[in-house]
Amino acid sequence: MAEPPISLKSLLERFGPHPAYVPPGGWQDELRNAPERLVKTHCCFCGQQCGIQLKVRGNQVTGFEPWEEFPFNRGMLCPKGVKRYMQGGHPDRLHDPLIRTPQGFRVSSWDEALDFTARRLREIQETYGKDSVAIYGGASLISEKSYLLGKFARVALGTRHIDYNGRLCMVSAGAAYKLAFGVDRSPFPWSDIPKAQVVLVAGANVAECAPITTDYLWRCRDAGGKLIVVDPRMTPICRNADMYLPVRPGTDLALYMGLLHVILRDGLERRAFISTHTIGFEQVAESARAWDPRTVAEKTGVPPESIERAARLFARAERAIVLHARGVEHQSKGVENCSALINLCLATGNIGREGAGCAMITGQGNGQGGREHGQKCDQLPGQRSISDPEARAHTAKVWGVSPEDIPQAGYSAVEIMEAIHRGEIKALLSACFNPLVSLPDAKFTMEALEKLEFFGVVDFFMSETAHHSDVVLAGSLQEEEEGVGCTAEGRVIHIQKAVDPPGNAKGDSWIYCELAKRLGKEQYFPYASTRDIYDELREASRGGAADYFGITYEKIDKNMGIFWPCPSLDHPGTPRLFEDGRSFHPDGKHHFVVTEWRDSGDPVSPEFPIYLTTGRVVSQYLSGTQTRRIGGLLEQYPNPRLEIHPRLAERYKINDGDWVTVTTRRNEITLQAMVVKTIRPDTVFIPYHWPDGRSANRLTHRTLDPRSKIPEYKVSACQLRRADGPPDWALSSLEHPSESRNGKA
Amino acid sequence: MHGYEFYVDPSRCIGCQSCVKACEECDTHRGTSMINFDFIDRGGTTASAAYVCWHCEEPTCAMACPTDAIKKGDDGIVQSSLEPRCIGCSNCVLACPFGIPKIFPEYEQMMKCDMCYDRTSVGKRPMCATVCPSQALSYVRPDGIAGRREKPTNVFQFGNQKVVTLVHMMVPAGTDSVSIDVLDYMWEGAYVAFAQPQ
Repeated sequence: MAEPPISLKSLLERFGPHPAYVPPGGWQDELRNAPERLVKTHCCFCGQQCGIQLKVRGNQVTGFEPWEEFPFNRGMLCPKGVKRYMQGGHPDRLHDPLIRTPQGFRVSSWDEALDFTARRLREIQETYGKDSVAIYGGASLISEKSYLLGKFARVALGTRHIDYNGRLCMVSAGAAYKLAFGVDRSPFPWSDIPKAQVVLVAGANVAECAPITTDYLWRCRDAGGKLIVVDPRMTPICRNADMYLPVRPGTDLALYMGLLHVILRDGLERRAFISTHTIGFEQVAESARAWDPRTVAEKTGVPPESIERAARLFARAERAIVLHARGVEHQSKGVENCSALINLCLATGNIGREGAGCAMITGQGNGQGGREHGQKCDQLPGQRSISDPEARAHTAKVWGVSPEDIPQAGYSAVEIMEAIHRGEIKALLSACFNPLVSLPDAKFTMEALEKLEFFGVVDFFMSETAHHSDVVLAGSLQEEEEGVGCTAEGRVIHIQKAVDPPGNAKGDSWIYCELAKRLGKEQYFPYASTRDIYDELREASRGGAADYFGITYEKIDKNMGIFWPCPSLDHPGTPRLFEDGRSFHPDGKHHFVVTEWRDSGDPVSPEFPIYLTTGRVVSQYLSGTQTRRIGGLLEQYPNPRLEIHPRLAERYKINDGDWVTVTTRRNEITLQAMVVKTIRPDTVFIPYHWPDGRSANRLTHRTLDPRSKIPEYKVSACQLRRADGPPDWALSSLEHPSESRNGKA
Repeated sequence: MHGYEFYVDPSRCIGCQSCVKACEECDTHRGTSMINFDFIDRGGTTASAAYVCWHCEEPTCAMACPTDAIKKGDDGIVQSSLEPRCIGCSNCVLACPFGIPKIFPEYEQMMKCDMCYDRTSVGKRPMCATVCPSQALSYVRPDGIAGRREKPTNVFQFGNQKVVTLVHMMVPAGTDSVSIDVLDYMWEGAYVAFAQPQ
């Protein structure tokens, strides 16, 4: 049913990705036609959400100007931020709804596309039941859109299956923070980082995935702070690290248990803090006893002396900070890894004070805000639990429905794809999510998509996943609707509308309201603007952990962002959590959480002896739907390469630039080797931003963390073989950055 | 911009190339980046370096130019070659001790960093230093740099040539100048220079 209607070649020719190298109108256009206004808003890529000013002329974003007054990034931008403006006038941009026919996709009217979508969703629900339809959301959507999607799923469709691609990002951290503190947010503003005496960076490629955070680390060093970096790869920040701990993929938990072991063995814990502010310490202390440095060294590959030294450095600091990201979170024990890091901070009294604490570096555009207001399968707005009767009653009142009408928790993102594969879910509506590139085990995803009876997509470009759809509803870029986002710091920011969607494309929120109308639920979606949606979101979040009630668009503008919780209009917001010594748990205590060792879901073996770990590069964002269309970013790193240590390369007779076939228990891909001494010799690395034969996620596996349901992207087992020559993808000229930068004026 | 100085600190560079991309946005050379960027030896290290023109007090490029096409302004900025004068001979490319100027065949002239003349002349900071996420390139007042671990210098010794620049290099504290020739560090350096074989 949902196989692409025509050949991949024809789809790529029509919809791209075609890399755009020049701004709309050419490089010289701005000299002739000056921008009419500057719009102060934010970058759409990554959870840092840097302030940026977009140059606008007519209905076109034509360039950017740094926004030096915005306090988080003070004008700084990574290359993605510099080039983000290139999307607006992009030739691949979808201007109309599309309906699939046997001859390919044809342009349709909005009425036809929306009627068709609503009819198919209704038919399938009538035949197979409410829960036969699932919704996929995106963490890069503004909070108004993600709130609306959650309400659309539960009120307009009445399905319990809605989840989002943030499930592939940092949910392990979210789960661990809820367990420890009763709230899912980084507990301090980034301005605390330079004030720490020690910063432990755990599984976070800060330089490439959160580049602006680098400046905070360097300022910490300027002030005399020490930097400890834990990673199987020497990422760029390692060059200035005081200690580098080269952990073996998937063994982070052992390392952090080892640090705790040394701290407790040497009596470096803060007893007064532990007894006043925490519970559960004794059990955790007991569980750390087995992890002596020698045992940990054998598990992790980190020398015992380094473990001793790092533990002492961390524990003896008056103020210590842990920053972690996908490296520890993308594991089948992702929650345990995060809990172990939180335990380290609790044992040393590092929480609720300036320059101290444990924080996740949230990855996606609105990764923090996008998970707070109801597009997670188990949450209602305000970070409320969907199984909590009080939360259901509150939300039902705001929505004007009965609490019993709100479905219970549904499947998470990977579980939804698995339910599609086994035929339980028959229809999918997916918004700004490209699962064919971003979910693990891409062959499985492809099989599942082909089983769908109906597949609708809301997106602004034709993603690889959208090739398989029945209808594509041409939606909006971030700068085309007004709303809010929330940064990795917990700062709620104002996304300004710079332009209208081009052609017949529409704002996403209009699309969901029109669909709701066609599903007979118009009365619940009475919004004239996203501001109306936001006012309802504020009310829905009121009293929840992520309380936005006191945050208005105007208040954000005046204060350069407001940190939640902000329960009333005269409340200044909460940049640093737990300063009163209390967590968000009813008992007010910070909870130590006991962690248990589990082996990876895809263990190395004699047949698959090498660790494969995946990640990102600085010039690409997520599945690349946006950034593979921006020539300046694509030319910086055009295709995925296999990072491999010279010692491992020698064993397989692989030279730099050779084609190498990487095989896992699921599939194989062939790509070029990049022989570097900056990775462990038992591990190879592939960035995941590309589709098809270049897709790292053809190799990854679907093992999930049992609590957070995050896939184990960071640990797979693989074998290597030098290939005879380039694979098909490298021989086809499509989607390659051409040598001549076409149209360069 | 009055009171602001340009500082380069390769030890802070993370290789993201934001500067390279942002430089293309400059009005005087839109679409062409003037940043000199290199991964030093990617096989061995993630070390990378991004440089702008150092804007020498006595620019070697200008001294080597046979057509007097390279001018230094009153503000100390050494400009790209004057198009009507430049003959694309590459003398400047070969002469510059920092390796900054480039010949752009499509424009048939030497072009290089002019420290964002279009921006600094109207009170805006240069594009590269404004966006640089690690502040390896910084354009700030001197007091904004005083708290750094590394300290600024603008004196470089290339053998017998002493070069003083407008742009500062961040170096370990206590270092007065940057030398690349071992002779500059030898006690008997002067003697060796005298003792060249006849």
